[in-house]
Amino acid sequence: MCLLRACLVAMIFGLALAGPAAHAADLTEALARFTTDDFSDTDAGISEVAASGDPRSATIIEALQAGRLLFNAEQKKVFYTDASGKLIDAAIGQAVTGDRPADLEKVRLNNRLRRAIDAALGGLTLLAPDPARRYDAAQAVFKSREATALPLLDAALAKETDQRVKKALTEARAAVVLYADDASEADKVAAIAVLRARGGQETVAALSGLPVDAPAAVSGAAREAVTAMQSQLAAWTAVQNAWYGISLGSVLLLAAIGLAITFGVMGVINMAHGEMVMLGAYVTFAVQELIRQYNPGLFDYSLLIAVPLAFLVAGLVGILVEQGIIRFLYGRPLETLLATWGLSLVMQQAVRTAFGPTNKEVGNPSWMSGAFEIGQITITYNRLWIVCFTLAVFVALLGLLRFTRLGLEMRAVTQNRAMAASMGIRTSRVDALTFGLGSGIAGIAGVALSQIDNVSPNLGQGYIIDSFMVVVFGGVGNLWGTLVGAFTLGIANKFLEPYAGAVLAKIAILVLIILFIQKRPRGLFALKGRAVEA
Amino acid sequence: MMSPLLRTLDRGAWIFLGVLGAIAVLVPFFNLVFPPDSALHVPTYLVALFGKYICYALLALSIDLIWGYVGILSLGHGAFFALGGYAMGMYLMRQIGTRGVYAHPELPDFMVFLNWPELPVFWYGFQHFPYALLMVVLVPGALAFVFGWFAFRSRVTGVYLSIITQALTYALLLGFFRNNFGFGGNNGLTDFKDILGFNVQAQGTRVALFMVSCVALIIGFLICRALVTSKFGKVLVAIRDAEARTRFLGYRAESYKLFVFTLSACMAGVAGALYVPQVGIINPSEFSPANSIEAVIWVAVGGRGTLTGAVIGAILVNYGKTTFTSGVLAPYWLFVLGGLFIAVTLLLPKGIVGTWQEWSERRRQRAAADNGSAAPAEPAPRPAE
Repeated sequence: MCLLRACLVAMIFGLALAGPAAHAADLTEALARFTTDDFSDTDAGISEVAASGDPRSATIIEALQAGRLLFNAEQKKVFYTDASGKLIDAAIGQAVTGDRPADLEKVRLNNRLRRAIDAALGGLTLLAPDPARRYDAAQAVFKSREATALPLLDAALAKETDQRVKKALTEARAAVVLYADDASEADKVAAIAVLRARGGQETVAALSGLPVDAPAAVSGAAREAVTAMQSQLAAWTAVQNAWYGISLGSVLLLAAIGLAITFGVMGVINMAHGEMVMLGAYVTFAVQELIRQYNPGLFDYSLLIAVPLAFLVAGLVGILVEQGIIRFLYGRPLETLLATWGLSLVMQQAVRTAFGPTNKEVGNPSWMSGAFEIGQITITYNRLWIVCFTLAVFVALLGLLRFTRLGLEMRAVTQNRAMAASMGIRTSRVDALTFGLGSGIAGIAGVALSQIDNVSPNLGQGYIIDSFMVVVFGGVGNLWGTLVGAFTLGIANKFLEPYAGAVLAKIAILVLIILFIQKRPRGLFALKGRAVEA
Repeated sequence: MMSPLLRTLDRGAWIFLGVLGAIAVLVPFFNLVFPPDSALHVPTYLVALFGKYICYALLALSIDLIWGYVGILSLGHGAFFALGGYAMGMYLMRQIGTRGVYAHPELPDFMVFLNWPELPVFWYGFQHFPYALLMVVLVPGALAFVFGWFAFRSRVTGVYLSIITQALTYALLLGFFRNNFGFGGNNGLTDFKDILGFNVQAQGTRVALFMVSCVALIIGFLICRALVTSKFGKVLVAIRDAEARTRFLGYRAESYKLFVFTLSACMAGVAGALYVPQVGIINPSEFSPANSIEAVIWVAVGGRGTLTGAVIGAILVNYGKTTFTSGVLAPYWLFVLGGLFIAVTLLLPKGIVGTWQEWSERRRQRAAADNGSAAPAEPAPRPAE
């Protein structure tokens, strides 16, 4: 069945290629073209092999593409090596027995040939049994707009049953028709309509690249389509920017939320917060290393194991830090800032000494790799998961503050420390636990950030200033402020980037925050009342 | 005019000025008079190194003025230092003239390299030394004035102020890294040749720069001293200790803060300007927030609210840094520096000089009590948050 289909492909393809080359349907003859070590001969060889109708054509051209096609100029024979490295005689399709022939040379390629290979493979795989490959082939034809592929496309369309592939084939056909010399004006206008429905950057390129001497009706329709599509594209770009902004915002939120808690409750700026994030990332690295060594099958669960572990490690370090340093410095926020900065230097250097200064490799589990498309935008799974994860952490934290005893005590201490103490809340215990909680969340953030950033001792440094900006912008003592702050900054940053570039956008955001602080010195969602003035 | 100022100097300040003056004279003396093979010779590289310390000390002094006496913790003072440095660097770049790699009569090498068609407007005038000197003071001062005017008027205080000063220097860091800003991007300004016609590398120039730095530090010290011992200085301390109360007493706290902040930025700019010809390079990393925070710790080590402490702290910490980072202990320097931050804030909150002052004060009181004379000792003002 498979063979039959392959034969059919070859037959159709053979018919498709008019001209003398199409008649040289003999594979051996076509292969001989590869032995002259001449680029134009190789080009002819590619079309002839593709046209030969031999079931092995695709394999041979793929070997050529991968640089595995070898030739012997003297015997005029061509070989390729398969995946296992076995040498196979291309003409007969059987492994070479006995000694490896001497003087084998690789068939050389240039960019023109690579394009020819892509086009040929696109055509050859249009009828492949796997729908995904057919789809890719249709996309390749769409890009190459090779006029010779038209008959094959028609044949493929006639028997295509998969809707998605059928659509791609129709679009590829439209692109080919649009550029075909012998297509009628009406056909071309119809093709433009099909392309217009497809949309996308590539289509705009295809439509804008029409030759100048195109008939007025065609070029007019193309212009109109391009205008329509460009406004559509602009809308999609906005959606894309919004998505990037949400993604950046969730990263900022994740990094800042622990800081917001400690700052809100204790009025302490923890400059070592970034290092807690880094600790979390290194915990992830350590977990993955252990899994790689002892039980590779668990790799997909590595993050699930790392999250609670990172929370515990960073949280414990946080409680130690609170007990060892910060509790002696209450009421002196500026000195706390300096002491925690010193701590951050020590922690960075400690990790550098223990793990080395280079980036550590942290892998994505399979469920976090890859991407999918919605309309014109691509969404990667790891970014999507991080957004979901951030929101989950946020909701969990809100719940903790709202419904648990610790949360109640924390809110009381935030609002009025002296009054809370008078009511019998052990504020020093609340402080220690709050600091542990904030640090633990930073550790969790580190697990997430290890998936999208380099895990190095400097990981935390990259986030600390941004997290401060989020907290200061959002206001203290209110997690919603942090949420709004993070997403506002993330989205504003991504919308400024296309106009100003990444660095200028960041500078603009910093300047805007500095100005904003003048207007609202306590952030967006400031606690009101006398207690905050202290 | 000088005499009222000199009368404000106590014994410690006189000793300090004497030591500083002696260093300013003796280091060049041992460098110039003794031949290089003599045991008493101070090598020229050391002169430049000491010069660097003196510049850092001036920066520390400027930070101490606002942190120790007004309670403004700036984590972005390195920005003013670097801006002053860039102003001086621009003058030095223009002095290279046709001796650069591309031998362009007007454009510095990096501009030729980046295909700038002509000199940008903000580089005009920097070939004149007096103009460059003016800019060294004016640019940091103007930035501090604008920034402070906004910040103090809307009563941004405490950690919020610290964080936005950090944001300020971070924004400048990002900006100066860009090639199209016109300040040499990543590489900054370097490869200097002449200052006022003298070779920057020459021994004589180095010695002169060192002495100028010492003089600048002495002048900076005297200005700060005059300021903090005056009535104006008392208001500053009052703002530091109880800003709201001072405001209710009718003082415009924001104007006081703005003046001192701007003055401090100008001092930092001068320090940067003296620093650049001695180290031979200025690049955007000087803007990094870490540098500014490191400068704050010099003040904390020496003792904030004591002008001599700032200078001593800057020199001590930087001497330690040089010793550490040039030996086998280099990887452990960050442990030391980080530990210093923690230890000083926890164990020595008044710093070296502050603790010593407190100790000698207590000893004097005890001695007075022993002698039976009931001279009530005036409690020294304590720095508070």
